[in-house]
Amino acid sequence: MNSDMIKDIMANPKYQELVQKRGRFAWILSLIVIVVYFSFVLIVAFDPKLLAIKLYGVTTLAIPVGVAIIIMSFVLTGVYVKRANSEFDDMVAEIKNSVKKG
Amino acid sequence: MKKIFTIFLALGAFAFATGLEGGVEKQPLNVSAIVMFLVFVAGTLGITYWAAKRTKTAKDFYAAGGGITGFQNGLAIAGDYMSAASFLGISAMVYEKGYDGLIYSIGFLVGWPVILFLMSERLRNLGKYTFADVASYRLKQTPIRTLAAAGSVVTVLLYLIAQMVGAGQLIQMLFGLPYSSAVVLVGILMILYVTFGGMLATTWVQIIKAVLLLSGATFMALAVMVHFGFSPDALFAKAMEIKMTSADAAFKLASDANATAQAALASATSDANITALTDAATQASKKAANAAKEVKAASGILAPGGFLPDPISAISLGLALMLGTAGLPHILMRFFTVADAKEARKSVFYATGFIGYFYILTFIIGFGAIVMVYNNPQYIDLAKQAVEGGYPLLGGKNMPAIHLAQAVGGNFFLGFISAVAFATILAVVSGLTLAGASAISHDLYASVFRHGRVDEATEMKVSKMATLVLGILAIILGIIFEKQNIAFMVGLAFAVAASANFPVLFLSMFWKKLTTRGALIGGAMGLTTAIVLVILSPVVWVDVFKNAEAIFPYKHPALFSVTVAFFFTWLFSITDNSQSAKDEMAAFDAQDVRSQTGIGAEGAISH
Repeated sequence: MNSDMIKDIMANPKYQELVQKRGRFAWILSLIVIVVYFSFVLIVAFDPKLLAIKLYGVTTLAIPVGVAIIIMSFVLTGVYVKRANSEFDDMVAEIKNSVKKG
Repeated sequence: MKKIFTIFLALGAFAFATGLEGGVEKQPLNVSAIVMFLVFVAGTLGITYWAAKRTKTAKDFYAAGGGITGFQNGLAIAGDYMSAASFLGISAMVYEKGYDGLIYSIGFLVGWPVILFLMSERLRNLGKYTFADVASYRLKQTPIRTLAAAGSVVTVLLYLIAQMVGAGQLIQMLFGLPYSSAVVLVGILMILYVTFGGMLATTWVQIIKAVLLLSGATFMALAVMVHFGFSPDALFAKAMEIKMTSADAAFKLASDANATAQAALASATSDANITALTDAATQASKKAANAAKEVKAASGILAPGGFLPDPISAISLGLALMLGTAGLPHILMRFFTVADAKEARKSVFYATGFIGYFYILTFIIGFGAIVMVYNNPQYIDLAKQAVEGGYPLLGGKNMPAIHLAQAVGGNFFLGFISAVAFATILAVVSGLTLAGASAISHDLYASVFRHGRVDEATEMKVSKMATLVLGILAIILGIIFEKQNIAFMVGLAFAVAASANFPVLFLSMFWKKLTTRGALIGGAMGLTTAIVLVILSPVVWVDVFKNAEAIFPYKHPALFSVTVAFFFTWLFSITDNSQSAKDEMAAFDAQDVRSQTGIGAEGAISH
């Protein structure tokens, strides 16, 4: 890749759209995970009694919360992969095509 | 090469044979476990032979030729993560402390989504064989590769020692092999897999083991749930009841004995009598105290206990697990074994699923073990119980999952799980050794020492020699550390990965103004701070060096060492006005375009 080609790609509106959309999507999802996880950890450190509330029989709130964080991690990776492997990869393919023509 | 292979096989058989002889007196031989393990070894050596024929180029050796699919790589990554330490250790933690075990495993999982969103495809688009390829992409090769290789080798060695010592102890317990033969056997098999089969064999060994481990754990969890009509609440209720009643009974027994001993001591007359009675009374009160602790712990197994005592420890551990995962060289290396960014993403999706599922299984297994193992005399170390009271397990604290295997599936299934635990260790140490050897041959030898002027054949030869050296070193260190307290080593490996490897790697991809000077000073500061703070912390300063009080009060240094690394990287980058710094910043655009699109990436589809 020479520097002209890089300038061309960076000036390509499709490329700018890709960088902006994917970047925002990736950071929002990361923030969700980070906020959820560190809130959980801080509740455990500051107010563990909150999670000891009984929901059903002896089962406490802590159990579904913990399992939900595990499931959320998996679901969010699925959400990202689905969009990245279709929408974002299509945009990358378009950019590659325009590089080839240009 | 075939000849050396045969010699190694013979050596391995020798170590195993001598091991068997010595082990008979120590522990009853577990024949089904040994047969199943031998089948596993024969199968994986067959794979190694197959992989050796396909491993011709450096790309084959380091990255399995880039031909692993996303699903396979997901299983292999999950396999790297599901070590024997995490299978036995986390289920034992659930068994002992209940919910706290789940908190710990959640920390290990949440790094994965973040790695996917921010790192995996960029890594695939920029790197070739090691994460140093990415970190040094636009920076000076010699210093940055040296730093990255140092971080990799330190992380790998710490992790390797922990695995080797665990392996020796576990195999001694399960198979009746003497400790040192077990360590030598693991070392030899691992050298065989890696030198002959490279990444291809290492990956397939990991995949097979991951499937075996997930199947075994699934069977155990199902057996537990069937027992309770698939009602988790019934399982929890029974576990709590057993913990409470056993703890109450033990406490009553111990406090009665204590009262008798104290009364006898009070009415004692002769001196000789007093000495004996004092001993008895001390022992009785120790038992009572242990029992009281168990009673207290028993009531809280369904809610957070004392695992994260203060907010700083909580955040620090969270950071170490999250960022450390993103800085483990043997994990990062797996992103170079797939064809493109699409497959790299898929691998994290599958890996997160398998790892999350595995942690839910270990949680069920831990509670199942409370119900079926906890106060079952079959699994209790009665001699130890007589001295300490409580319910000490045969074979030690890490055994709940193993005993549960026996309880739900009999001796045959116990053999299966034991063989899987052994296989797990083999697979994980192989991955670690390959990552360490790659850092030495690809980063230090080829790039730093020979400035890239080296042919592939020589680089691979160096890599195999590095594997041999690391393998022998692992055996020696495994034997040296046999009786040492090594609990801190995995924690330290994560702290170093989070504080030295991660900041440099992350900033090299995301921050245009990063310069060689900043990366070098920041990374070195992170590495040093992590190591020094761990030495000064309670886990080493008090537990290993036996000082009364720790100089650094927290168990996990990551919050401080990661901050130090980022701060100094930033400071020494922005104050770097050299021409080379300007060139490095100017080179960011080209790097960024490649990392975003994969244009020009290694192994990308040519057009």
